Amino acid sequence: MGNPMTEQTQTSEVQSSAQGETGKNPGIIRVEGMHKWYGDFHVLKDLNLTIKQGERIVICGPSGSGKSTFIRCINRLEEHQQGKIIVDNVELTDDIRHIDNVRREVGMVFQHFNLFPHLTVLENCCLSPIWVRKIPRKEAEASAMEYLERVKIPDQAHKFPGQLSGGQQQRVAIARALCMKPKIMLFDEPTSALDPEMIKEVLDVMIELAGSGMTMLCVTHEMGFAKTVADRVIFMDGGEIVEEAPPHDFFSNPQEPRTQQFLKQILAH
Amino acid sequence: MKKQTVDSKPAGPKPWYDPRVRSLFFQVVAIAAVFWAGWTLVENTLSNMESRGISTGFGFLEETAGFGIIMSLVPYDATMSYGRTFWVGLTNTLLVSVMGIIAATLLGFLIGVARLSSNWLVAKVSLFYIEVIRNIPLLLQIFFWYFAVLGALPSPRQSIEVGGTMFLNNRGLYVPEPLTQDGFGLVWGALLVAIAAVVCIRIWAKKRQLATGQIFPTFKVGVAILVLLPVLAYFVAGSPLEWEVPALKGFNFGGGITIIPELAALWLALSLYTASFIAEIVRSGILSVSKGQTEASKALGLSNGLTLRLVVIPQAMRVIIPPLTSQYLNLAKNSSLATAIGYPDLVAVFMGTTLNQTGQAVEVVAITMAVYLTISLSISLFMNIYNRAVAIKER
Amino acid sequence: MTESTMKPPKKALTPVKWMREHLFSTWYNALLTVVVGYLVVTSVGPILNWALFDADFLGADASDCSGAGACWLFIDQRLNFFIYGFYPDELQWRVDLMFLLLAVAFVPQFIERFPARKWFGIFGMTGLPVIGYFLIPGGLFGLEAVESTKWGGLMLTLILAYIGILASLPIGILLALGRRSEMPIIRGLSVVFIEVWRAVPLITVLFMASVMLPLFLPEGMNFEKLMRALIGITLWQSAYMAEVIRGGLQAIPRGQYEAADALGLGYWRKMGLVVLPQALKLVIPGIVNTFIALFKDTTLVLIIGLFDVLGTVQSTVTDPAWQNVAVEGYVFVAFCFWIFCFGISRYSQNLERKLDTGHKT
Ligand SMILES: Nc1ncnc2c1ncn2[C@@H]1O[C@H](COP(=O)(O)OP(=O)(O)OP(=O)(O)O)[C@@H](O)[C@H]1O
Ligand SMILES: [Mg+2]
Repeated sequence: MGNPMTEQTQTSEVQSSAQGETGKNPGIIRVEGMHKWYGDFHVLKDLNLTIKQGERIVICGPSGSGKSTFIRCINRLEEHQQGKIIVDNVELTDDIRHIDNVRREVGMVFQHFNLFPHLTVLENCCLSPIWVRKIPRKEAEASAMEYLERVKIPDQAHKFPGQLSGGQQQRVAIARALCMKPKIMLFDEPTSALDPEMIKEVLDVMIELAGSGMTMLCVTHEMGFAKTVADRVIFMDGGEIVEEAPPHDFFSNPQEPRTQQFLKQILAH
Repeated sequence: MKKQTVDSKPAGPKPWYDPRVRSLFFQVVAIAAVFWAGWTLVENTLSNMESRGISTGFGFLEETAGFGIIMSLVPYDATMSYGRTFWVGLTNTLLVSVMGIIAATLLGFLIGVARLSSNWLVAKVSLFYIEVIRNIPLLLQIFFWYFAVLGALPSPRQSIEVGGTMFLNNRGLYVPEPLTQDGFGLVWGALLVAIAAVVCIRIWAKKRQLATGQIFPTFKVGVAILVLLPVLAYFVAGSPLEWEVPALKGFNFGGGITIIPELAALWLALSLYTASFIAEIVRSGILSVSKGQTEASKALGLSNGLTLRLVVIPQAMRVIIPPLTSQYLNLAKNSSLATAIGYPDLVAVFMGTTLNQTGQAVEVVAITMAVYLTISLSISLFMNIYNRAVAIKER
Repeated sequence: MTESTMKPPKKALTPVKWMREHLFSTWYNALLTVVVGYLVVTSVGPILNWALFDADFLGADASDCSGAGACWLFIDQRLNFFIYGFYPDELQWRVDLMFLLLAVAFVPQFIERFPARKWFGIFGMTGLPVIGYFLIPGGLFGLEAVESTKWGGLMLTLILAYIGILASLPIGILLALGRRSEMPIIRGLSVVFIEVWRAVPLITVLFMASVMLPLFLPEGMNFEKLMRALIGITLWQSAYMAEVIRGGLQAIPRGQYEAADALGLGYWRKMGLVVLPQALKLVIPGIVNTFIALFKDTTLVLIIGLFDVLGTVQSTVTDPAWQNVAVEGYVFVAFCFWIFCFGISRYSQNLERKLDTGHKT
């Protein structure tokens, strides 16, 4: 079961402040020699990655490099065919119970929000706590309101998603994922479908979330965000992890020529 | 500036270049044309009817019909009026339509879902069903069931028996008729109590879920109560039900309930045919729910069953219901093919026999068309209300 | 990058693996497979036996049918009647020629890269009916006249469906424009016309056409039965056509109307040159679908005593010379309709898919 928010915040703060102390915890997400194919097309090639609790990872790379596919493998929206993925000490296999357990602990935010159009904002947020966590509706609603306040749209709670702006919708999507009190949050280009002024409101929420110590895995091209909050930046190209470094090193001193080229392009405009 | 506009006003366009005048002119012409056409039709009809000696007006509804009808839900015999034949036909039409709608809906949803099954065989069999059935004319299917299948059944003396109580032959399907005895009221009472109990349980379960989050298996418990309580009452009251079993008397069966082959063939054909269209509607409705929706739901940890129930079905139903109602309407209209095999529906009885005997085509056709118009208008009214309710929710 | 040559771990597609995945993935899937499989196997065998292995194809008359399986001989013997009705044998080349021209006009529509296939289609919509108008009834240019009472079978079915669609198209366009008109009376009249026809079953329309039309018309003026049926079908179909076309008109963005207005085109030029060409192209699949529906519905004319293909078969299956040939007859008709309808619906589905992508890009 998910521990209450405050508790989680405290524990992760302890951990992120003392990063060396991870000997007993081998990492909340472990990816070992993972391969994935679409038919004969080799999308992900021998990925190896360990993410510690409370770590904030930004993944970037050119379009089609397999970022989305990778992040979707972590809550098994896609299946990998070789290697291991272990999330919160549960290995992702065909076993349905494992998948359900993992998905409870992993929240995900999509590029196109994917809010449920037939439910109000509040119902969107409460759906899963009520049916999966089996929390009383009153409690679920109260906690959902807290999260909606945290993403700064409590006043929209009784509207339908279609009535909100893109930025508001994405913040609802974040609140909805947080309502499950997940240990890990996955973001797949959460801002790339938004207008510039909306990007900021969503990024602010994400930065605030990062400050609270959530383990975050974030595909984004927002380099400013990467610089401020990321512990590590991972660069993917052609289905491989090409380079992996703390943001400072990554931006000021990239090692690989492919990374250098990518950074040149992305920072040019 | 001001002066100019004031000046230019009286010198507006010539009347025949003024769009408003034009539009008025066209509309007046249209009205005049419609009235003229209507007038000539009425005049022609009246003079034609006079020369053929056909009376006018609705007085014929009171006259004695004098012909028998093979099946009727309301009491009827040949001494009753033409007005009565209308009700016989209408109730027969409604009977086969309602029966058809229920069967077609069940079968259509089943096949539509099966079409999306991960089971290759099931998916392919449903595809085969859909593609075969919906590309063959309905009338042909009615003929097939009536003449080729039911017509080929043995005569009453060689009936196919099911457990000595049900008989199937080329005169129809004969099933026992339940006759309630004294004390059956207890069973009805038990049923009422069961329904009330289920409603209460539902309310209580909702409340409990609100308060504690626990989910109660309302459906399973409800079904159990609905079945067990009346059954219990039935035995407590000493089995107060007798079955009138049909028996062979002379050349045919008597007693029990008879489902005439005309009804059976029409019902089968209508249900099977409409089900193939409903299946396609259901399939495309389910597919219309985007992949992102199911992915988001799964990412929230909802199981496949809950995803279907809470996310996919509510959204799919919005897409399914409008075309579904128009299929219901089609089914009701198609039930008029009854004429071809002699099932006494509205068109066969009223627009057929009654019209032929009275010759009052205009009145009979007008009444029949009014019935279909009423059915169709009330369904579209329902559709509009439904659409509006859904639309408000959306945005 | 060298690794990109790596192949996916062999999910070797052995039949066993495939079956486990697609037929027996869960216990209820396995159960379903067994039950459905059993039903399929037990029904396919006897059907094949009946239709092929035990069936009689050759012979001269009813006595050559053994009765063990289907008696296709019956179809073979009566095929002429099923296709041409009572059309005189020596004049049937006229009908054959029409069949050929119909194929020439429309088969290219199914072949994507056929040169100038648009023109074949246009011929099918304009030249073909004109030729048919002179050829089938005859009576002109030294062609022997054939009364419409002698027409029947598949030929009549095609005539009814084809003329029904062709004639209802212009009426449908006018009605659709009327329903979207800004003049309230025109709009009201169109709505009433469309909704009344759509609400009533075709059979009542056919009854009306055969019983009431003679009453409506002035003394001495009368149509043949076929003509009356055609009038009924056309009016009825035009209401459905109008709704399909209205869908197309609604799909044209406002900007197109405004651009046409801005160019100073009048109403008819705006509609004829800008809106309708786009709208009609959009609704071709819809028109094709209503055609399929109408094609199947033409069988209803047998109720008012015309001999379409189902009518001809229905009138012969009771022939005492042949025993129990109803199923064979119905299967034959079903097959005729199925080929047409399935083929055409596939065509419209392809078209729909193409139009879909055409709009997105
Ligand atoms: N369902 C699928 N079937 C086949 N190929 C796919 C599928 N989904 C993605 N791909 C391919 O896999 C590759 C990686 O896709 P992915 O969506 O992970 O890229 P991405 O890095 O997220 O790109 P972007 O920045 O554009 O979102 C692409 O070449 C894509 O074409
Ligand atoms: Mg992506």
